[in-house]
Amino acid sequence: MSVDKDTVRRIARLARLALEEERVEPMVQELNGILAWVEQLKEVDVEGVAPLTSVVEQRLKMREDVVTEGGNADALMANAPGGEDHFFVVPKVVE
Amino acid sequence: MALPGAPTDFTLAEAREAVAAKKISSHELTEAFVKAVVAARPLNAFVTETPERALAMAAVSDARLAKGEAGPLEGLPLAIKDLFCTKSVRTTAGSNILSNFVPPYESTVTQNLWDAGAVMLGKTNMDEFAMGSSTETSWFGPTVSPWRAKNSDVKLVPGGSSGGSATAVSANLCLAATGTDTGGSIRQPAAVTGSVGLKPTYGRCSRWGIVAFASSLDQAGPMTRTVRDAAILLKAMASVDPKDSTSVEMPVPDYEAGLESGVKGLKIGIPKEYRVDGAPPEIDAIWNKGAEWLKAQGAEIVEVSLPHTKYALPTYYIVAPAEASSNLARYDGVRYGRRAKGVSELIDLYEKSRAEGFGAEVRRRILIGTYVLSAGYYDAYYARAQKLRTLIARDFTNAFRQCDVLLTPATPGPAFAFGANADDPVAMYLNDVFTVTVNLAGLPGLSVPAGLTAEGLPLGLQLIGKAFDEATVLRAGRAIETAANFTAKPQAWWRSA
Repeated sequence: MSVDKDTVRRIARLARLALEEERVEPMVQELNGILAWVEQLKEVDVEGVAPLTSVVEQRLKMREDVVTEGGNADALMANAPGGEDHFFVVPKVVE
Repeated sequence: MALPGAPTDFTLAEAREAVAAKKISSHELTEAFVKAVVAARPLNAFVTETPERALAMAAVSDARLAKGEAGPLEGLPLAIKDLFCTKSVRTTAGSNILSNFVPPYESTVTQNLWDAGAVMLGKTNMDEFAMGSSTETSWFGPTVSPWRAKNSDVKLVPGGSSGGSATAVSANLCLAATGTDTGGSIRQPAAVTGSVGLKPTYGRCSRWGIVAFASSLDQAGPMTRTVRDAAILLKAMASVDPKDSTSVEMPVPDYEAGLESGVKGLKIGIPKEYRVDGAPPEIDAIWNKGAEWLKAQGAEIVEVSLPHTKYALPTYYIVAPAEASSNLARYDGVRYGRRAKGVSELIDLYEKSRAEGFGAEVRRRILIGTYVLSAGYYDAYYARAQKLRTLIARDFTNAFRQCDVLLTPATPGPAFAFGANADDPVAMYLNDVFTVTVNLAGLPGLSVPAGLTAEGLPLGLQLIGKAFDEATVLRAGRAIETAANFTAKPQAWWRSA
């Protein structure tokens, strides 16, 4: 399988990653180089093999459903590139 | 080169002893390293130096030592990879998008180190979001290896992604450092800089507060000058952490205890699939030598098979980008990190902030990851890769029925020059051919310096163990270290640079 320019534009949009038009064709080449290389996985028979989703042989830990921290809005806002009071500010999304 | 007996030449174990015996204060030790860090700026090993904090921490340590309340790492200066969040100290992950990020919290691993009394010298350089094998993808410029080939002044890479930590350890800019390893990012830079690097079993060190790359593969570990130092630092880094649901509920053993027990009677597996076509003959030679060293000390050498080895790298380059594309979705220019300027639409804000904030390799991996997870391609790529991962992990389970530890080369060659793999991402990925299998299976892997190439560049050997059997891996590593007697150090050319 390989990607074309339209596919690269589509996945860049899905990834919310602006891609200048002149970068689309080089990216097609780069991605196809990687995809051609991973193609070799097709030669392995994986019939009946369960996917490995975790290497940790333990059940997911459970904890009490209680508040363990909070009241630190100032600290959480300290790195916000646009912030007012305790709100994250973004460009207007509704008229 | 520093004078023999200079405090910066200490191993972590020697410094621990000297500080505990009050032969040197933490202040004196820390000051010596602070000076070494400044003198080594041409190497670009540190993204952020924290000398004031280091000296303040040393003062607290000296007070504790005076009161007889010393922790296991009391007063010992360390370098921290810039992937570990450190409270009120900028943490960048080597990326422009986090170039102004100051965490309001501390990672569990670094908190464990400070609780043990350690001193922080600064944050070390790395490939952006730990994606790379050379530290060339850092937004803050590449780190230069302290090592050079004989009669050459060509600058070499220190490996990656933990290249800043490897350089700091190798050039004696710290006693030891932390690294993280998703596909080889501790072991490969350790190997090419003549250092010891240990990737523990997945779940041994908490991932909480470490900037995430590929969550099912990421693991923190020590980078040190000796195997004993790796045992000491791992003990301090590891913990059972309620903040990381994959942190395994097992007590942390004393890894130093059995270090000198030797390898008599131990079965060492040699996986035949690790003999790759086109590998330099020096790699095979050092590997054979490693087996002979262990045999001479009473170990039994057995040939084993890991039949799916050749599929590990392509499997990794589906799984890791897929997880990265999901993990890096959080960088949107809204809550923290860099935000594009002059944007009037929300979607534009996301797209431009991310395009400006991420470098070429990170963008490439986000796109690959998005593609292999997208509708219509998920089964062909991601689901298949996860099944391959099962087969790769099963190979190890089968091999460990015949042996206790595996011995392999750590890297397919010594350090390379800048830009050597610039045009071909796949060529760069091949650096991790011997290390990446271990991450996919979640096992512990240790890289130990084993010798020099004819050009005088370090090569390492890797020991791979059963899950949570770091003790045996370290014991076998210590046997290699004893036999190899690797004492080479880089010439300190950077002091006059």
